[in-house]
Amino acid sequence: MSEPEGGKRRVFLKVLGGTLGASAFAYAMAPLRAWTKDLSAEKFLQKHYKELGKEEIQKVIARVERETLEKYGAKVKVKDQKPIEGVEFGYALNLSVCIGCRKCAEACHVENNHDRKTNNSYIRVLEMDQGSFDMARGDAQYDHAVPAPGKYYLPIQCQQCDNAPCVKVCPVQATWKEPDGIVVVDYDWCIGCRYCEAACPYHARRFNWTKPEVPAAAVNPDQGILSNRIRPQGVVEKCTFCLHRTREGRLPACLEACPTGARVFGNLLDPKSEIRWVLENKRIYVLKEELGTKPRFFYFFDV
Amino acid sequence: MRAAPTCAPLSPLRPSWRCSLRVRARTRPRPSPHPRLRPSRPSGATSIHVPEKLESIETGQLDQNGKPQRIACVTCHTLRTPEKLPESPGELVRFHQGLVFKHGTLRCASCHVVGRQDSLRLADGSMIPNRDAMLLCGQCHGPQLRDYQHGAHGGMNGYWDLGKGSRVRNHCVDCHDPHVPRFLPTNPVLRPADRLLPPPIEKPALPPFPKLGEAHP
Ligand code: HEC
Ligand code: HEC
Ligand code: HEC
Ligand code: HEC
Repeated sequence: MSEPEGGKRRVFLKVLGGTLGASAFAYAMAPLRAWTKDLSAEKFLQKHYKELGKEEIQKVIARVERETLEKYGAKVKVKDQKPIEGVEFGYALNLSVCIGCRKCAEACHVENNHDRKTNNSYIRVLEMDQGSFDMARGDAQYDHAVPAPGKYYLPIQCQQCDNAPCVKVCPVQATWKEPDGIVVVDYDWCIGCRYCEAACPYHARRFNWTKPEVPAAAVNPDQGILSNRIRPQGVVEKCTFCLHRTREGRLPACLEACPTGARVFGNLLDPKSEIRWVLENKRIYVLKEELGTKPRFFYFFDV
Repeated sequence: MRAAPTCAPLSPLRPSWRCSLRVRARTRPRPSPHPRLRPSRPSGATSIHVPEKLESIETGQLDQNGKPQRIACVTCHTLRTPEKLPESPGELVRFHQGLVFKHGTLRCASCHVVGRQDSLRLADGSMIPNRDAMLLCGQCHGPQLRDYQHGAHGGMNGYWDLGKGSRVRNHCVDCHDPHVPRFLPTNPVLRPADRLLPPPIEKPALPPFPKLGEAHP
């Protein structure tokens, strides 16, 4: 993990502005953060998450809570859950039992305060031909009773890669890998350039084209500053293994919602954990292994 | 091997600590509704959900709270002692009509005992209360029971970290009807309506990566 350099983001923005000239800069930035109506000066000048001291984080939290109340009419509690010492998360999914019902995607949608209109979710379930592992041929829009004959279902969310291409391409280091293995985004630092989204071979990142719309009553008030707080328009967002839950010892929302029991989650460093048992006793697959991304998300079959 | 009355570990689900629980439970009038599995650390516990249908059936009436009224199996079954078990659902003419059975070539007597509808019968002839039906399933489905015990089949709710809280596991019968155990097909929810669909009109294009020294307007 490299040092966050507060200066870098400013330099990047300046380089853009300096060489393109003011109007081109405005044009280039239009779809980005400057284009969003909800960008306050306070937020723009905010330091990178990793540079923030305890008190400063409290200020950021207070701001996010206040803004959520103003913009969404929802009273929420935002926390800054820290990685737990001695814990590195891993997630496994049994493709033999997954039936493609998308209950996981729905739970994610609700838990993580996703935009209601787009049915956004960090999980995309692909309907795949049996025998094929080619993601490009998967269908995410299927709309018929499941499981369909000859098909299997491949739910894909952030694989929390150890060698994460998305982290490498970020020009301002707004995204990084935490000690517990979770790749996070500083939603106040992201400039919305979307290089990470393009770099992710799993299409696991989402861009907030519009201000996410969530009715006040539907807002999940149990929030984390690096996870399910409502993200501003114009930033990239991603699955955090529900760190606001999992760093408190709870299971991720998608796991609890799965009616087939296909999902296994736990601490990779605990030799007695369920996830370790799966890794040691089942044949494990990772998606696009040849890319060397080293995912922390594993797939297995019952044989 | 006689399983239920003695404490011989029949399966990993019932190691000796669970026997001690069973022994204690037998001295009480009713076993506790959530038999506990040993937690990996002291503060959190793992319990197994016991579906109501194991011990009672719906009458089709509502109680005064508007909830479906249930009646315990023993209510009727202590009143009657038939001579033999049916061979097929079709033989049920006075009650339980419409029962469907599609579970390999099992016979009713593989699991049921005549005159004891609060209990199930293991292969060695010993009896277990209906709530422990998982032991029965596990006799013939060892790999699934093993996976279940390692958290790799059957799912859970609550805490991954038992040092911080408890978790509840599903019962085999929560997901598999013992008579038609095949997991039922369902309709998917939440069809995505995001960027994989045709983009909304106001969607701006991805800006090109700025090349230094280029594009002075
Ligand atoms: C309302 C009364 C009633 C309840 C409650 C009830 N049963 Fe029955 N059950 C009967 C009757 C009557 C028969 C005989 C049906 C026939 O032979 O046509 C029967 C038959 C059976 C049989 C076939 C063997 C036999 O004894 O005839 C089984 C097995 C059985 N019941 C299991 C259960 C279980 C398990 C429950 C609870 C989940 C239950 N029953 C609840 C009335 C009841
Ligand atoms: C694999 C074990 C198994 C076999 C084989 C089996 N049962 Fe059952 N049966 C159960 C269990 C467990 C219950 C408890 C209630 C439940 O889960 O549905 C039950 C409940 C019942 C009930 C109570 C009402 C209900 O629908 O649950 C009836 C009636 C019944 N069985 C009849 C039969 C008949 C008739 C056969 C043979 C065709 C049979 N069973 C075969 C395990 C079995
Ligand atoms: C006496 C042995 C026996 C017991 C007890 C038993 N099963 Fe089975 N089960 C079988 C056999 C044999 C098959 C294979 C059926 C087939 O291939 O058509 C089977 C099939 C199944 C299947 C796959 C069904 C399908 O169509 O895909 C499930 C799920 C299952 N059992 C669950 C259970 C559960 C849950 C219990 C406990 C309530 C249980 N079984 C108890 C013998 C048993
Ligand atoms: C959370 C729900 C859930 C629970 C609890 C559960 N299962 Fe399953 N089980 C499934 C699903 C889903 C499948 C895959 C079914 C399919 O592909 O159609 C499956 C598959 C099976 C199969 C294999 C069927 C086959 O075709 O090979 C058996 C046998 C089985 N389960 C037994 C059990 C036993 C025994 C238990 C309890 C120890 C149990 N299950 C608990 C959901 C569950």
